[in-house]
Amino acid sequence: MTISVTLIVNGQPVTRDIEPRTLLVQLLRETLELTGTHVGCDTSQCGACVVHIDGKSVKSCTILAAQAQGAKVVTIEGLAQDGKLHPMQEAFRENHALQCGFCTPGMIMSAVDLVQRNPNPSEDTVRHELEGNLCRCTGYHNIVKAVMAGAQAMRG
Amino acid sequence: MTNQGIGQSVRRKEDFRFITGQGHYTDDINRPGQLYASFLRSPHAFAKIKSIDTSTAKKMPGVVAVYTGQDVAADKVGGLICGWTVKDKKGEPHKAPRHDIIAIDHVRHVGDQVAVVIARSASQARDAAETIEVDYEVLKPVVDVVSALKSGAPQVHADAPGNLCYDWDFGDKAATEAAFAKAAHVTKIELLNNRLSPNPMEPRSAIGEYDPGLDTTTVYTTSQNPHVIRLILCAFVLGLPEHKVRVIAPDVGGGFGSKIFNYAEETVCVWAARKLKKPVKWTSDRTEAFLTDAHGRDHVTHAELAMDKDGKFLGLRVATMANMGAYLSTFASAVPTYLYALLLAGQYTTPAIYAEVKAVFTNTTPVDAYRGAGRPEATYVVERIVEAAARELKMDPAELRRRNFVPPDAFPYQTPVACVYDSGQYAKALDKALEMADKAGFASRKAASAKKGKLRGFGICAYIEACGIAPSAVVGSLGAGVGLWESAQIRFNATGSVFVYTGSHSHGQGHETTFAQIVSDKLGVALENVEVIHGDTALVPMGMGTYGSRSLAVGGSAIIRAVDKIVEKGKKIAAHLMEASVEDVAYDKGVFSVKGTDKQVPMAQVAFTAYVPHNYPADLEPGLEASAFYDPANFTFPAGVHIAEVEIDSDTGDTTIANWVAVDDFGNVINPMIVEGQVHGGIAQGVGQALLEGVVYDPQSGQLLTASFNDYCMPRADNLPSYKVGMIETPCPHNPLGVKGCGEAGAIAAPAALMNAITDALGTEEITMPATPLKVWQVIQSRKLADAAE
Repeated sequence: MTISVTLIVNGQPVTRDIEPRTLLVQLLRETLELTGTHVGCDTSQCGACVVHIDGKSVKSCTILAAQAQGAKVVTIEGLAQDGKLHPMQEAFRENHALQCGFCTPGMIMSAVDLVQRNPNPSEDTVRHELEGNLCRCTGYHNIVKAVMAGAQAMRG
Repeated sequence: MTNQGIGQSVRRKEDFRFITGQGHYTDDINRPGQLYASFLRSPHAFAKIKSIDTSTAKKMPGVVAVYTGQDVAADKVGGLICGWTVKDKKGEPHKAPRHDIIAIDHVRHVGDQVAVVIARSASQARDAAETIEVDYEVLKPVVDVVSALKSGAPQVHADAPGNLCYDWDFGDKAATEAAFAKAAHVTKIELLNNRLSPNPMEPRSAIGEYDPGLDTTTVYTTSQNPHVIRLILCAFVLGLPEHKVRVIAPDVGGGFGSKIFNYAEETVCVWAARKLKKPVKWTSDRTEAFLTDAHGRDHVTHAELAMDKDGKFLGLRVATMANMGAYLSTFASAVPTYLYALLLAGQYTTPAIYAEVKAVFTNTTPVDAYRGAGRPEATYVVERIVEAAARELKMDPAELRRRNFVPPDAFPYQTPVACVYDSGQYAKALDKALEMADKAGFASRKAASAKKGKLRGFGICAYIEACGIAPSAVVGSLGAGVGLWESAQIRFNATGSVFVYTGSHSHGQGHETTFAQIVSDKLGVALENVEVIHGDTALVPMGMGTYGSRSLAVGGSAIIRAVDKIVEKGKKIAAHLMEASVEDVAYDKGVFSVKGTDKQVPMAQVAFTAYVPHNYPADLEPGLEASAFYDPANFTFPAGVHIAEVEIDSDTGDTTIANWVAVDDFGNVINPMIVEGQVHGGIAQGVGQALLEGVVYDPQSGQLLTASFNDYCMPRADNLPSYKVGMIETPCPHNPLGVKGCGEAGAIAAPAALMNAITDALGTEEITMPATPLKVWQVIQSRKLADAAE
């Protein structure tokens, strides 16, 4: 049995017939071939799969694709606009906030949402808010620096 | 150019694809007609397999094949190997019991693979695996080394009596006994080095693919060393010719040692793909990773330090039991021996050292190299016992260290445990770290904490590590089955851009930038015109991969050797173009000139001429490329001092890191930004070991209780501080870049620094890692009770 879902991914409407148990991250990675969204665990702990649904960060391993029916989904591939990197992407590169790069898409998507809700976060706030995103490489030092710098750039 | 060369914090070339979601990790790759593998795993720690019924699974939707150990045995597939043979006290080789890629008669740890389903989708494979019925005769397991060595303990392997893999020793026993006989003071300590799960964020993944027309096999895999995997698969496990196998390790999401090894699952994908003539893919989920990725550490140690009346170290003796898990992993045997006991001199002049190590089989996941591999364990022994000795002698721990440091004029320094330290300035690093940590202000900060009802502690760790692994002849004499040189190839294009091929592999370390900086600097090619290629055995010359902080010291040195060959040939071409003799041609940073004249030609013109050789030396081959292999003359010995300052809430036992200072000496530094990033990440893993992380098995059932991120406490952003990182640079005298290696320092230094701070705050040595709030609180309570009783 399959069901049909329609959603808007990175500005493009898409309709697909999928198994009802398909997770959003599976639809993104396997059906739509948007492999920038990663899977690092199976308990909604690591945050490598964070995307934006209607503007809010969501762990895409934690919802069924069917639950995103009609929603606007933005993945890491849709963050840069008109060929220009998002300020948070720039901040991650400038501050060496990534090493292996695997947690990076989820980390950036979480950071953008964090700053949208909290335009001028303290270091403590950034550390607390990123609790749902695991990084094994950087020790978080440069990620925190990057998020602070990205927040400043987003404030303009 | 000037801001992109050696010594500059150049922003990474590899970042664009990662920040835009365009990396190519193994699980991102899909091949036409691809099938999916799912493993049925043992739910028991130790059991005999009586029967397996796969009949239902074979009829499930989408299922193409179901294989058990019997099918593997029928194809005469070799077992997984250990590539380093350690000889015991009597000169007998270690016990390396057979390790089948799918279990045949026994399962020996929870998660051991029992059968594999190959199906058209991953979920179909998983659904079918759940229908396989296995009749087990459950046996009593043993999970810890102390229990495993007791008489009457369950025997993990029939051919490893007493669960002993080896009983090994190193050092001068008689000299050490003599040192203890004349000691004025002896400090003793019992230490547990807790078992860890490496947990790179990208789980392991593999695709095996067979092309019957070409009779070639391609393996996409999450590996730190694709050539080593090809060698093991071909020569030992599957018996394939090396020239018919291509191993590609594309973008790899962290390794930390766990992706060095040749594992069963990847091997099964290759074997099944050849059998079915279809690509077969497997991607680990996180619980499978906890169950099957090789763990790290897991030592139980008793150590004793002999000193004279002035605190001068006379001798050190160490007895360690090291848990190998259920099977001997690829390099497991070397970790608690040659990567451990040889580092027990630390930064000190201790003249006599003797270590005994028993390696033990248990019903747990195999243990192998994890970031630092043996050196964190050695540093933990040395730096915890030195700290404890200072406390017993009522001496400043910094002063006790200073009294025993190898002095800067003593290099090269021969230790009593085989190493010859290359260079170092140990007291300078300590002084700088103490200043950065404001040691002078600690007493007042401690008093301020006390006013708030909190405890405060200050902990030093002066570590040494052996990197740049390693001189092939040396490791060969110690039992390694491979040489540990590295390869490089530099290939100019006609238009002046350059490919750099390296046999080392980047999975976060930034080789694509650091190696490009070196080549850009030495050959005068703009950074954006240098492309570093790694991770594909069809493109890159045979290489040994990345681990043990070896990439720059060994792989970078190979690049320099290739640069030298390019310049040598370039001089001949330039001499012809400038109508000069080769002896009169000088070279500097991309420009050839005739000495004493203003004649010069740039590298780009030389490269173009090499490929369009219309006006060219008659006796010279066209083209401009060079290969080089570099075998290091010695290990490198990075060293440094980390200082942790902690504040402990006496009511909750919660430890806060108030300050972290790292002063490291990695020799010359190519990209300070990347090096500091490596230090940060290493510290975080070391802090994780000391405060948060620990693999826990239930001692009765052998179940892994920490098999998810819900149960295994990974360091998160709010567990960690920002770090103060300082550097001193004492060049390595024996490699052309003067570099030593930086990848593991933080993980080596951090546990001892943090535990020295916590034990300083608590006023007792009696606490084990991880120092969780519960354990710290229990220590505080027991001391309160003891005080009340007095």
